[in-house]
Order: sequence, then structure tokens, then C-alpha cells
Amino acid sequence: MHSPSQTSQQRSSLWLDAWIKLRKNRMALFGFAVLATLCVVSLLTPWIAPYSYEEQDLMLGATPPSAAHWLGTDIFGRDMLTRVMYGGRVSLMVGFIATAVALVIGILWGAIAGFIGGRVDAIMMRIVDIMYALPFMIFIVLLMVVFGRNILLLFVAIGAVEWLTMARIVRSQVMALRKQEFIEAAYSMGLSRWAIIRRHIIPNTLGPVIVYTTLTIPSVMLLEAFLSFLGLGIQPPESSWGLLINYGVETMEEYPWLLIFPGITLSLTLFALNFLGDGLRDALDPRASKD
Amino acid sequence: MLRFIISRLLQAIPVLLVVITVTFMLIHSAPGGPFSAEKAVPPEVARALEAQYNLDQPLWQQYISYLSDVIQGDFGPSFKYSGRTVNELIAAGLPVTAELALYAMLVALVIGISAGVFAAIRPNTLQDYIPMSAAMLGICMPSFLLGPILILVFGIQLEWLPISGWGDIPGDKILPALTLGTGYAAYIARLSRGGMLEVLSQDYIRTARAKGLSERLIICKHALRGGLIPVIAFLGPAFAGLLGGSFVVETIFQIPGLGRFYVTSAFNRDYTMILGMTIFFAGLIIVFNLLSDMLAIWLNPKLRQQARGGN
Amino acid sequence: MALLDVKDLKVFFHTRNGVVKAVDEVSFSVDKGETLAIVGESGSGKSVTCYSLLDLLPKPPAVIEGGIANFDGEDLLACSSDRMRHLRGNHIAMIFQDPMTSLNPFLTIGEQLIEPLIYHPDTTLRLSRKAARTEAINLLNEVGIINADTRFDSYPHEFSGGMRQRAMIAMALINKPRLLICDEPTTALDVTIQAQILKLIKQLQKTRDVAVIFISHDLGVVAGIADKVLVMCEGKTQEQNTTKEVFNNCTSAYTKKLLSAIPKGAKVKASEAQAGSTLIEVNHVKTYFRDFSGSSDVLVKAVDDVSLDIKKGEIFGLVGESGSGKSTLGRSILQLTPMTSGSVVYSGTDLCTLESSQLLPWRPKLQMIFQDPYASLNPRMTVYETLAEPLLYHAVANKKTVAQQVQKLMDAVGLDRSSVLKYPHEFSGGQRQRIAIGRAIATNPEFIVADEPVSALDVTIQAQILELILALVEQRNLTMLFISHDLSVVRSICDRVAVMHHGKLVEQGNTETIWAKPKMPYTQELLQAIPTADLKR
Repeated sequence: MHSPSQTSQQRSSLWLDAWIKLRKNRMALFGFAVLATLCVVSLLTPWIAPYSYEEQDLMLGATPPSAAHWLGTDIFGRDMLTRVMYGGRVSLMVGFIATAVALVIGILWGAIAGFIGGRVDAIMMRIVDIMYALPFMIFIVLLMVVFGRNILLLFVAIGAVEWLTMARIVRSQVMALRKQEFIEAAYSMGLSRWAIIRRHIIPNTLGPVIVYTTLTIPSVMLLEAFLSFLGLGIQPPESSWGLLINYGVETMEEYPWLLIFPGITLSLTLFALNFLGDGLRDALDPRASKD
Repeated sequence: MLRFIISRLLQAIPVLLVVITVTFMLIHSAPGGPFSAEKAVPPEVARALEAQYNLDQPLWQQYISYLSDVIQGDFGPSFKYSGRTVNELIAAGLPVTAELALYAMLVALVIGISAGVFAAIRPNTLQDYIPMSAAMLGICMPSFLLGPILILVFGIQLEWLPISGWGDIPGDKILPALTLGTGYAAYIARLSRGGMLEVLSQDYIRTARAKGLSERLIICKHALRGGLIPVIAFLGPAFAGLLGGSFVVETIFQIPGLGRFYVTSAFNRDYTMILGMTIFFAGLIIVFNLLSDMLAIWLNPKLRQQARGGN
Repeated sequence: MALLDVKDLKVFFHTRNGVVKAVDEVSFSVDKGETLAIVGESGSGKSVTCYSLLDLLPKPPAVIEGGIANFDGEDLLACSSDRMRHLRGNHIAMIFQDPMTSLNPFLTIGEQLIEPLIYHPDTTLRLSRKAARTEAINLLNEVGIINADTRFDSYPHEFSGGMRQRAMIAMALINKPRLLICDEPTTALDVTIQAQILKLIKQLQKTRDVAVIFISHDLGVVAGIADKVLVMCEGKTQEQNTTKEVFNNCTSAYTKKLLSAIPKGAKVKASEAQAGSTLIEVNHVKTYFRDFSGSSDVLVKAVDDVSLDIKKGEIFGLVGESGSGKSTLGRSILQLTPMTSGSVVYSGTDLCTLESSQLLPWRPKLQMIFQDPYASLNPRMTVYETLAEPLLYHAVANKKTVAQQVQKLMDAVGLDRSSVLKYPHEFSGGQRQRIAIGRAIATNPEFIVADEPVSALDVTIQAQILELILALVEQRNLTMLFISHDLSVVRSICDRVAVMHHGKLVEQGNTETIWAKPKMPYTQELLQAIPTADLKR
């Protein structure tokens, strides 16, 4: 519905401003680069991994890093680089999928509460408050114990914990927007509810949602690693960084590299995601851009 | 205030009821009975065991009798540690976990707040970057990674500190408390920095400066109270997190606390134990959330008066 | 010898987008017991000038590039931070614009009041808490706070705006400073409160023999209080003289522009609506809210049984102080805020009986202009998108003609056609308000509610926007409900006016009749409180 001359500029210059700001933030760029590399490597793992996932060499046993095995081998003589790469696939997948689950539930819940307002909002947010107070970590452990360590269940369980904050953010954003005069102006112009949501509300809630999504991924990955470390998350023959760290701890006195490499990879990933999230927050937060 | 507390406690009742019901149903819908792990139990022994734990009754009857027991504060006998009740195990583990959590919280608050305030005084200088980079490191170094690394460095390489146990050898509480507290210290540092920056940009700080007050007084008296509100709001969730963190730390350092019991019973499918401890944890977390909310209200004069007005 | 003598003060802000010369070679002096007013619009550097004297600017980005500020023999710009702490509050004190945010919400008024006494930088002069309390209570009495003894332990949120500013003044004066800097001390206050505070400052200045620097954007306020006036614009001095000279024989073009922008006198050309037919009848409108924010919910009677009618073609003024319910009434008339009871009849149709979907066809005829030109435009939409939205939505234009229609609108509200693809943040406040007005007239409405459309704008911009509104009303045959707290503005453009107070209608009638003979005491009080830039009065 707009003239063709400005379709190229459709993406609001506020996004452009944000991008310029983000580009100036070196740590955020570093985070972005690390994340991009990890995603590419994970996608290509079956083709670029130096060894196959099942390949083991019991005669070889655990060896420190060498030219043949850059990150060494574990006690079954399996190549650590290969294992870290395959573990990363699982860790990242849990991170993305569980975040997506949290995103969908959280946005729907928060948006509905924020839009309808009044009593419905009060009840919906009260439910969120109450669920915040529940020992969810324990519930996930419980679910894992009762239904076995099922990776699908893990996505759902983690997503079900993480949506609460997203719901709060979306709701407060919608509430704040609803009070804005430009929304009132849109009402007084006679725009339908849906037109207001689509044209005025959604574009303006996107920033905080993107920021929080970026920050949710590391906390989900952490939760997965935590559960796997306890032996309650991913289980063999599947592998994840948390599980590798768990194995590494058992033998850390003799073969420290089995702990150090998965540990560094996990920390580096969390680091990158957090820096990217912080950078995005600085770039997209309207309060930060006012000065 | 009293009315606030009572209304919150009343709200806690349905929450706890839901927790009890859901956990109970979950556990009883689990595939495989509690004794399926032990191989080749003769049928008559199994039946006797089931009778002992009321497992031969219909589910709703088990539920009712369990509920009435819980209301009286009795979580029943443990499936695995025969002859011991869940209450006894909780009583044994709680002091240890409480002490660990207390030390970890102290570590988190002292290091976190001072680093955050220190950084906020001179934002975007080295005084800000160094503690905040350290905080980021702390956030990205989960306890199950930090713990083993601390053990490797201070326990095994340097041999400065003991690496397991709780209260057996002097100094064996240091590493667990550090492991559990560091992540929270990092988080609190970020929160208090953010809160302080927000407050320090307020007009009333400018007023305090214009009055000729010293910087130290401005920070300690005028800024700290408002700046630490985010930290106080975080205390409730932090406590819930500490309980979860104690699973890992107590496992790594072999500490006989609630967390380790919980993980062990999860592996052993010790259903009464899991059930009892879940309810117990939920109750604790509700109480701590209430306490942190009360603290937040008490520190804010406006909210305090509203709460008093409702009395 | 002058108490404060500032020479060639230069303060620059080093920002990402280059250097901003906030204050550029400004000189002035203040004698003992004298009042200097520094006047300017936003961005003129008037506040920066004063903050730099007490070293209250955020550094970076601010850098004092040069100049001398001689205060009783010492250079304020060169003294150590320790010495500055001695000077602040004890020799030079300051009060600020917004007494709500300038007081610490976590500490009692009394505690904040006695701090300069009990933490005096000179330890030998420190008072005990008890002695400080006595002194503070005396001072609170002096600034007109009733029951100072019990109010001492109140928190800022328990005080009204006027009382907070009184407490701020007491706090500034407690260590008997020789110079008091007032940074727009009445801008955030209602007009009747403003009059009281101005009177208080004037009176305290006499009794306490303190020199005052009074920063303001409002020449009317300044006229009644200052001995000398310094006019600033974009960091530079425009004019400096005695108040009388500035108001009667100003020399600089900028000052002349400022003075002429102040709305004065009655509406020049009355609308031809006096005998016109009624367009809108507002009958016994009540709008109540439930306030859930407290622990118990309170029923707020924002609009309490208001009836009035607006004639076709007129500009109807709705005047009131903050909290009077004037904005709520405006929104209730447009059915943007649900009414509790009453009716709004618009050319024969009772709008209140319509469902929200039935209202949609009426919306293009009933438009609204909002106060804050920053909040009323979607930050992610270009001017083009903002203006095209109502045109296309209500089929005023089709895809082919929309670009042309948008350009026409931009011409009508005085916006440059070339800025059609810019975003709101790239415009100044006045230009933004033009965009908002363009959006409101896009659908060729018959009736517009303008809710404080000029109060967020500087006085010269305000004059331009008022001119635009008057022109549009006449050209497009509009009827307008003009809501404002500023009585001079209302007088200058409204044919008839209604005064609201605490949700009720106090008085209504022809503008000039009310100005000449206000019947109700509240209206009289309001009119007397208007600061006037006319020194001859």
C-alpha cells in the first residue's frame, strides 16, 4: 500500500540506526561472529568432522591433543573434536528449539494479557507470578525421572520454564504502547483493532523481543548442560556439551583436556550470545538511544 | 503489612495444593513401579512391600491419605532407605544445605554489590569494564564447570584447599561456597550496576550534589537504597536458583545436603523422597519469595504506607 | 562589586555527532540582593550556564572550554572539587524544575532538609540532629508549610507539587546561601501554585537578602520577578539589560520575536459561529475510573456531570489545571475513553449508544491532536506512512492519488515536501506537531479535539502552530475543542471558553465576557494568577 519509491526504505531507519550502533560494538560483533561460525559448523558437522561419530579406538585410549586428534581423545579413543562438534549440534538445537517454544508461548500469553487488560490481565499475570515462584528446576528433574530422558520432553520442559519472562516483557511492552498517544491517535483515526496491532504494535515490540530472545538462548543452553551434567538431560549415545563436561569431570585428574575443551566451548558460546544480547539491548533499547 | 502477608500465605495454599497434586500424579503415572529396579524380587515380597507403602490401595485413596499426612507435616517413609522417613532425611540434609546456601549468598551479595556499585560510579571507564568483564565471565562459567576447575587448581594442583566433604576438614566449605556463589555474584553485580546507574542519573542525586553533600554520602545514603531495588527483587528467584545449584555443588563436592539427596533419589526412583522434597522446596521458595517481596515493600516508603494503610 | 561576575563562559558538549556549543562566550553579573533572569527557549544553554557554575554538568560530554566565574573573589570554574563542595549549598544554592523528581523518594522531607546542616563540609559548623530539626522546622514554617512539626517526617509523595517546591526552597536556603539559582522553578506547577511560589521567592529574597539567578522560558514569569534580564539563544547572548528596558525598548531581533510570540489580548478575528447551530451537545457526562494502583481501589471522578454545547465553526476553549478532568472530557466526547453516564449528541446522533464497530464510520469526522508530538507519532513510520495511513484506510485517496494527496497535506501544514520519507525523530518538536495536525486533517474532519497542542512547544514555535491552527479552522470550516492550561493561549484563539476544576464545570461563556467579569471565585483566582509580560499593568 505504499509507493514503490520507498519500499527500499521500508525497514525503518531506527533499525538502521540500531545496526550502525551494533556494528560499533566490537564485543557484540565478536559474539555474532562466534555464533555464526558455530551454526555453520554444526550444520556441516557430518561432512567436516575429522572422524565419524561412532569411530572409537579402544587400543589408543585417552591421548592429549596431537596432530591427528587436535583436541585429544577420550578413554575409548574417540576423537574429542568430533565429539565436541556433535555435542554442539545437540546443545545448539536445544537452545534454539526450546527458545522458540518459550518465544511462542511467552509472546501469545503476554500479548493477550496486555491487550485485553483489566481482570483477564490481572489473572493471567498472577498465574505467571505464581509459576515464577515454583521450583521449576525440580520439576524438570522430576519429569526427566518419571518419563525418562526424552529429548523432545526436554525441549518442552525448558521452553515451559523460560516463557514466563518473555510473557512479562511482551505484556509490559504492550501495556506501555497502549498508553502511547500514537496508538490512541490510531484509534481515533478509526483503524480496526487488527490494523493497529499489525501496523503499530508489532513493529514496536519487536526490539525487546529480539533482545530477550538472544539472551534466552544461552540460559536455555545452560539449563540443558546443567541437566545433562547431572545425568538427567541428554543421554548416550547422544551427546551434548553438558554431558561431555560430566564425563570430563570424572577423569579430570588424569585427562584434564576432556574437561577443558568442552568447557571452553560452552563458555565461549555463552559468552558470545550474552555479548550479542547486550549489544542488541544497547542498540535497540529506546532509552539508551535517547542521549 | 499483616494483611499483605496473610493474603500471600492464603494464595500459597492453592499453589502448594497444585504442586502436591501434580507431583503425586506424575510420579504415580510413571512407567514401572518403585521396586522394578531391584531385580528378581519374589512376588510375595513385592506384594508385602507394596502393602507396607499402601501401594495396593486405589490411587485416590493413596492421594487422600498422602495429602492428610503432608498437612500434618509427615512426608512418609523413604522407599530406598528402609526404616528412615523423608522427614528424617530432610532434617539431616537441611542444615547442611542451608549453611551452604547462606555462605554462597553472602559471597554473592558482598562481591556482587560492591563490584556493581564500584563499576557504576565511573561508567565506561576501566573501573567499570574490569569488574563487568569479570561478571560476564562469572555468568558464562556455570557452577558445574567452575567447581571442577577450582578443584583442579586449588585442590589438586596447588593443594591449598580440601576438595570434598562438609565440616570435616577446616576450609572444606570455601570451595563449595565460592562455586555456588560466583554465578550469583556476577548476576548481582550486573543488576546493582544497572540499578545504580539508573538512580545516579535521577534529578534527586543532582539535588544532593547541589546541597554540597560528599560523594560518599550521596552514594551510600541517597543512591544505594533505590539502586539496590533490582537486587532485592532478585533475591527470591536467586534463592530458588541456589537450591537448584546445590544439586550440582553438593554432587561435585560430595556434600551430604538436600541437593545431593534429591539427585540420588531421582536416580534411585525413590518416589516418596522426591515427592516430599519437591513439596518442601516449593514451600521454601514461596516463603523466600514472600520475604524478598516484603523487603522490597519495606524499603519503599510509598509502598510501605500503602501496605500499612491496608492494615 | 558584583557578587558573581561571569566572563566569556564557554561550555561545549563533545558528542558522537560532533561538538555542540551549548554556551558560547556568555558574560553576566549579579549584585548582592539582585535578581537576574536568564531567559531562553529549549536548547538556548540557559540551564547549562548555571549548572557549570556549580560543576553539576555530566563530564564527559560537557567540557568548560573557557571563561571566569568570579564569586566573591574566587573563580568557580577553577576551584577544587573539595572547595566546590564547600560552596554548594552553603554559599550558592539551587532549586530545580520538577520538585517530584528532585527530592529523594526514599528519605523523609525532614531528613533531606537537615542534611546540609548535619553533614556540613566544615565539621566545626555541624549541628546536632536535634538542633538541625528545630532550625528546619522554623524554616518550613517560613516557607509556608502548615503543621511543619508533623510534616517534617513526611515523605515527598505525601506532599503536593506546590508544597514540594516549598520544601525544596527551604532546603536550598537552610545554610543561608548568598546566591540562589532557580532553574525553571515553576514550570512544572499549575498556574495558581506558580503565582504562590513566585511570591514566596520574591519575599524570601527580600527578607534574607539573597541574590537570585532565575532561569525561565517564560518572559511573563520573569517580568514580575527580575531586576535584570539576559536573553539567550543557541548558546549566545542575545540581549542583556534591565527588565524594564528589555520589555519596553528591546534591541535584538530575537527578543522582539520572543515578545511578540507571547499570546496577548483577545482573539483578533472572531469566528462567524456565534449564532451558528449546535454541532455537539454534551449532556451530564460522567467519567469515573477505578484506581487499582493502591491497596484499595478508589473511585476517581475524573469528569463529574459536565454539560456544554459546541457550535459549528467555533473554537471552544476548555481550561483547567492538572487533574481537572479536561483531557478526560475531551477523550470521552470522542468516545476514546468510556463514559460512565451521560450522552454526547453529534449532529443528531448520540455517539454513546453506538457500538465500537458502529463508531468506525464516524471516526474520520472526529479527530484529535495530542499534546506530546514525540509520543503521538509512531516512531517506526515515515511521514509518508503516517499521513497515507488515514487517507488509504478511509479511501480518501486511492493508490494512484495518495502520493499527491500526502504532498497536499504537507503543504497545508507547512512541511517541506522533500522530507516525506523522514522519520519522526528527524524532526523538531514544532515540525512533529505539524505532522500530527496533518494526520488529523487528512480525512477532512468536521470536529477536532486539540488536547494541549502547544504546551510542549517553545513560545516562538507555539505562536506558529497557533497561527496554523487558526488558519486551518477557518479554511476547512472546522469546529474545535481546544484544551489548555494556558489561559493566555486560550484567550488568544477561543471564541467561547469553559473552566473545569476537580472534574466539574465551574463556569462557561464568551471568552471576553469571562475575562472581563469572571463570576466564580475559582475563575477569578485563575485569571489573577496569569503572569503577565506587560510591565505597565
